[in-house]
Amino acid sequence: MDPLQVVGASPPRIDELEKVTGAAQYVDDIEFGPNLLHVEVVESPHAHALIKRIDTSAAEALPGVVAVATGKDFPYKFGLYMKDRYIFAQDRVRFIGEQVAAVAARCPKVARRAAKLIVVEYEPLPAILDQMQAFAEPDELIHPDLGAYSHVPWFYPQAETNIAHWRKIRKGELDKGFAEADVVLEDTYRVSRVSHCCMEPHIAVAQVDHAGRMTVWASSQSPFTQRNIFAEAFAPLGFSHKNVRCVTPYIGGGFGGKAGVTMEIIAAAMAIKAPGFPVKVRWRRDQEFYNTYQRQAVVTKLKIGVKKDGAITAFEMANYWDAGPYVEYGANVVNSSGLSATGPYSIPNIKIDSYCIYTNLPAAGPYRGFGYSEMLFGVESHLERLAKMIGMDSAALRMKNGIKTGQPLSYGAGMNESDIQQCIDRVAKAIDFGTKEVSPDPNKVIGKGIASCWKGPAMPPNASSSAFLKFNEDGSLNLLISGMDMGQGLLTVMAQVASEVLTVPVDQIRVEMPDTDRNPYEWQTVASHVTWGCGNAVLKAATDAKEQIYTLMERAFGHRREDLYLENQTVKNRTLPDFALPFADFVITGVILEDGTFRGGPIQASGMFMPEFMSTKCDPETSQGGHPNPHYTVGAGGVVIEIDKETGKIRVLKVAEGFDCGKAINPELVRHQIIGGFLQGLATAIYEDMRFDDQGRQLNPNFTDYKIPTSLDIPDEIIPIIVETAQSDGPFGARGVGEHTMIPVAPAIANAVEDALGIRFKSIPITAEKIAMALKNGLTEVE
Amino acid sequence: MKKITITLRLNGELREVDVEGSDLLLDVLRDKLGAKGPKYGCGSGDCGTCTVLVEGQSVRACIVLAAEVDGQEVVTVEGLAREGIPALQASFVARSAFQCGYCAPGVMITATELLRRTPNPCREEVQEAIAGNLCRCTGYDPIIEAIMAVARPNEEV
Repeated sequence: MDPLQVVGASPPRIDELEKVTGAAQYVDDIEFGPNLLHVEVVESPHAHALIKRIDTSAAEALPGVVAVATGKDFPYKFGLYMKDRYIFAQDRVRFIGEQVAAVAARCPKVARRAAKLIVVEYEPLPAILDQMQAFAEPDELIHPDLGAYSHVPWFYPQAETNIAHWRKIRKGELDKGFAEADVVLEDTYRVSRVSHCCMEPHIAVAQVDHAGRMTVWASSQSPFTQRNIFAEAFAPLGFSHKNVRCVTPYIGGGFGGKAGVTMEIIAAAMAIKAPGFPVKVRWRRDQEFYNTYQRQAVVTKLKIGVKKDGAITAFEMANYWDAGPYVEYGANVVNSSGLSATGPYSIPNIKIDSYCIYTNLPAAGPYRGFGYSEMLFGVESHLERLAKMIGMDSAALRMKNGIKTGQPLSYGAGMNESDIQQCIDRVAKAIDFGTKEVSPDPNKVIGKGIASCWKGPAMPPNASSSAFLKFNEDGSLNLLISGMDMGQGLLTVMAQVASEVLTVPVDQIRVEMPDTDRNPYEWQTVASHVTWGCGNAVLKAATDAKEQIYTLMERAFGHRREDLYLENQTVKNRTLPDFALPFADFVITGVILEDGTFRGGPIQASGMFMPEFMSTKCDPETSQGGHPNPHYTVGAGGVVIEIDKETGKIRVLKVAEGFDCGKAINPELVRHQIIGGFLQGLATAIYEDMRFDDQGRQLNPNFTDYKIPTSLDIPDEIIPIIVETAQSDGPFGARGVGEHTMIPVAPAIANAVEDALGIRFKSIPITAEKIAMALKNGLTEVE
Repeated sequence: MKKITITLRLNGELREVDVEGSDLLLDVLRDKLGAKGPKYGCGSGDCGTCTVLVEGQSVRACIVLAAEVDGQEVVTVEGLAREGIPALQASFVARSAFQCGYCAPGVMITATELLRRTPNPCREEVQEAIAGNLCRCTGYDPIIEAIMAVARPNEEV
């Protein structure tokens, strides 16, 4: 096999020049002309209430108002995995900020004024703001009709409760496993809600033309999924997939928050109410916090048994997820992380219960890491403590139990090719784990911590990707995919895959952003699956184009295809050293024969990939039998931190993160994922925290009160480690790494805090204030 | 609402525009003057995606009234590359420094201001200068590296 030329190199991002010059166009930058309408939403002031009456007459009478809508205009449910929400609240509101009505007006100021004129009468109901209460006291039901909701076959809603989904894993003999253990530790861990905080708030512009065709321009990770949800939700009004078009230009960050459909459906609905007008819904920053998705909070009850040699013998876990009042997407976070809740370990005896629980806090959903960060905070904290109890190096304990290629997962299928041991070992060595360091400042102490992680793409078993590829006259390429580049670098990586096969330089490949009318199908850009899935589709399209070129040479010149090869945008023949036909000479025009006729024509190719080995069919009581995740990317993270004992402030001196991404198609972009993902993870570990009052109102929906990291908060040193155990069904061996980089951070920090101070924090964020108070009060454990 | 006419030099060009007294500079730049580079991010001056130069000083266009810049010079990201791609932007391209790019117009403006005042900043000065430009993707390190790469030694002002 020829050595790789472009895959494994790090060409600059092909979208970077557009971004640094201001040329990159985001939804709000598109001109929609003088008929553009602006939408203001009427929000629920109650976390839980019945709607008794809505009077929109004063708003409708205001000059400049073009359309007003309420729930009665759209009595249609929607949702990705479970249809449990409406476009506007119907008879009941379930969180503070929920959309009850909306106004579309000629200018934003008029829309705001009109929204204030809409009168809504409520009858407040008891609000359930805590998932443990919602779980324990099912006499107050947030969804009395839960039993009638439609959902994907791998969900198990519990009718007449607040449990939207219950994922169980049962493997081996738990009691026997605990009996075999020398040490058993039982404890509870808590992770609070956090927000994605994309720099670009959600925005959607929709237009329904007078011929009945809907176009939605949205900042979205999921153009095709959006089209599908819009077409399904509005089918009663006559919409079909053919007549819904979703366009997604550049998006200002995603992190899971722009997956599926949230506020975009309001734009679509208002466009239906105002035919002919483009209608814009642009979330303010506060709405971005409370009415998109948030990361779910979780309470994890954990009991693990180990032998003196470090072998884990039994693993018992219950995860209680606070999913908010609508779980159409969030229930799959619970499902996916529940299936993988052991972490990257081979364990013989397992019992895991993961409950997706309705509450009256804002709707939660996908967030970078898809539940793995939250549940692994408990697992990796627990393993650290167990290692201490048996007097073992915790890196060695993790490596001993680390799951190896082919070993059975907790649901029975075999682990994919990977090397967790190498990830842990190299991370531990990079931070000199196990060696104590002393700060020169007597007021400061230094601690070290590590954690392992893994994550698999959470996707339906038939989620597919596809690609179109077309040559231009000069031998350059346009590649059409519907995977989104939300910053991770997909456009560049897909160009590299095509370049590797076709020898067209990366800077001569334009990768087109999705437009469902033009680009081929992609399920959505989530789950760190597109480098793998979309990459496979691009690889097939490029290979298809290459085969078309060879076929043309056979037909036109009688060459044997096994003699042909591509080099520098030229087709060559090993047996004919003088033969070299540049792409520009034939990829559009075809080749001319001696008689003046032509053969060939524009070369255009396509490729598709669906993982045909996946299945969600299993025994619901044990989860045994299916193959719900295509593979896992494993890794580890380690930190060296310095804590100021007076202020409690943490400074990160050194970070090492290592991931087995199969093959780094662009190592520089993998490094960038590690740097960016670490900082996002660090913030969730030490300060990010959505706070709510006792009525369920978020107290900090802005960047003044909800701090995200600035350039002053970065670690002093970051050591990225790339491990490459090829994924046999991945493009050039690659699998995803985007989400993973933030997953090990929180437990690594908690473990380092304990190493430095001897204080075990069992919840995040571990704020400076909490550390200072624990030191002041002489605590060794903080709940 | 009563309109007032203001005049400003935007990216080198003299422009006249009618605004309401309550119109924000960001909205006027984007919706009335066609400068889409500065972005809405928070509306409260916290995030820096709307950063522009007014009379050579970086300001948050989302918390400045348009009427306040009457008679002044305003530069947005579009104004930086009028005579070719500056070394600063080329440095970001070479390093693939941005990810989603939404913060880029603001960061480019802030970095331009920094390098005009301090052609040879140390790393801490760069961190300090861009601390008001929030970025959720990059972890800042690639941005700092890109700016440091064009810092010019021995040209301290």
